[in-house]
Amino acid sequence: MGNIVELKNINKIFGEKIQTQVLFDINIAFEENTFNSIIGESGSGKSTMLNIMGTLDKPTSGEVYIGGKRTDTLNKEDLAVLRNQIIGFIFQFHYLLPEFTAKENVLMPYRIKNYKVPKEIDQWADELLNFVGLSKVANNKATNMSGGQQQRAAIARALINKPRIILADEPTGNLDSETTENVYSILRNINADFNTTFIIITHDQRIAEKTDRIVEVKDGKINLDVRKAEKY
Amino acid sequence: MRLAFSIALRFLKSGKGQTILIALGISVGVAVQIFIGSLIQGLQISLINTTIGSSSHITITSENDSKTIKNWERTMYESAISSPNITYISPSIDGPASINYDNESASVLIRGFLLEDGDKIYKFKDNLYEGRFPAKTGEAMIGKDLAIKSNTRVDDDISLITTSGRVYRIKITGLFDLGVSSVNDSWIVTDLETAGDILSIDGISSVEMQVDEVFAADSIAKDVQYTVSGEDLKVDNWKDLNASLLSGLNGQSVSSYMIQVFVLVSVLLGISSVLAISVVQRSKQIGILKAMGIKDKDASLIFVFQGLMLGVLGAILGVGLGIGLLKMFTTFALNPDGKPVVPIYLNGGFVGLSGLFAVLTSSIASLIPARITSRLNPIEVIKNG
Repeated sequence: MGNIVELKNINKIFGEKIQTQVLFDINIAFEENTFNSIIGESGSGKSTMLNIMGTLDKPTSGEVYIGGKRTDTLNKEDLAVLRNQIIGFIFQFHYLLPEFTAKENVLMPYRIKNYKVPKEIDQWADELLNFVGLSKVANNKATNMSGGQQQRAAIARALINKPRIILADEPTGNLDSETTENVYSILRNINADFNTTFIIITHDQRIAEKTDRIVEVKDGKINLDVRKAEKY
Repeated sequence: MRLAFSIALRFLKSGKGQTILIALGISVGVAVQIFIGSLIQGLQISLINTTIGSSSHITITSENDSKTIKNWERTMYESAISSPNITYISPSIDGPASINYDNESASVLIRGFLLEDGDKIYKFKDNLYEGRFPAKTGEAMIGKDLAIKSNTRVDDDISLITTSGRVYRIKITGLFDLGVSSVNDSWIVTDLETAGDILSIDGISSVEMQVDEVFAADSIAKDVQYTVSGEDLKVDNWKDLNASLLSGLNGQSVSSYMIQVFVLVSVLLGISSVLAISVVQRSKQIGILKAMGIKDKDASLIFVFQGLMLGVLGAILGVGLGIGLLKMFTTFALNPDGKPVVPIYLNGGFVGLSGLFAVLTSSIASLIPARITSRLNPIEVIKNG
């Protein structure tokens, strides 16, 4: 299996007058079709690392490759296309657009690419909503949904363009344990069904243990990298 | 592009209260502009009508000894072809005389025209309140004040005494009221032949003209001056002769423009500040959209479209409000005679332009938030929750 995401010698320094280095010479690669977790204390630099992988943030030095293509040198426009088509994001604070319904939110990444939604994509959105158990609230505004429902809508949204990678930053961080289990089983099913690579930041040790690979970030460095034998 | 439009529309719809408030703000600006603009235009037009509407805008006189234009048909023809802006043109014979009544005498001004042409300039027919228009030589009309003072009625004969002492009897067929006391008090209007006969003038005294663009009278007068070929001819225009009136009218125009510019500026500032706030309000949404791959240009377009839509909405409301205000003003602000205090002049072009300005202003105002949006980095939003 080839690497879908690769970071080479990544350093990240925040601030100009008072400089704080949060990532130190990170070298890591994630293989296609794997289900990975990143753990670490808050402030360890794990979110920054994920944001750099997702092209939302730029490294101070080092190289980022997605699908074998270097991205840290791309312009804003190309990055937008890359984010739209190759990467799906799930954030801790679900970030649905409150002005739109669940289904409209799910369709938004597709409409950014192509304004007119063909029938098969519309059906795909319905399938995804069904997949995350939201068929009943598909036409509710985001503000009329529970936290768990909103998070599941955000998952469906991340999948609409069939991205090769899904980057999730504590996707269950503010959900109760039952909903958390539910969301993870959904993510796992997606990984199995659509061959999507997952890189998930989590605080939850039990969740991390269920993934194929656990990467621990500590003080801006990779402290631990454990792979499960059967998957690798 | 269409996505930006539909997102903009949704943002506006979901913040209905705010949208209505902004649109109302714009519409008040547009309404004030239409109201003040129409009011001042109405004032100006009524002022022009009463002051120079019924008078000669350009006058050709002779500077030779007899003060007469001999070859006047040629001068008339040359004047008429000198500019397309000349609407009416009439020859005129003028001269002083006096009339006696009840032991008193009054000096009068005899004015002879080609009556149909002269009427186009002075609107005698429209202002004839008794009697009829003179139909043949030896007939004349006089003004209201002169008729009252000399106790003259329609079909009376009056005796005119010329400066050379000759007495000439003339029949009064009609009485007019031009609303200008100096005219009502002294003019005796008759045809060219009668006036020439009374005053013993061979030729005419002047050629009088009206033009369609009263404020261009000076430049049209130059064209006339350039074209007419007779010697000793002098071309005057009302602007040179009424400098103080002109400066009054100009002052009014300038102050009207100033008011309108300030209204525009306040609308511009109002809209851009509200739109700027709405970017801050929606920065989270913009960040999400950018994380999902919307391009900077499209993200900016959302706010340009918002500005455009608010502008259109505000313009439509404002035009309605402005016209409503004008209607109210003409219905309720009346003189004792039932006429509006200021006659309102509703110019469709001006109303359209005011609306268009609002749309344009709103679009320009939206460029600031559009710029902020373009610079917004999604990571800022995602990091800060």
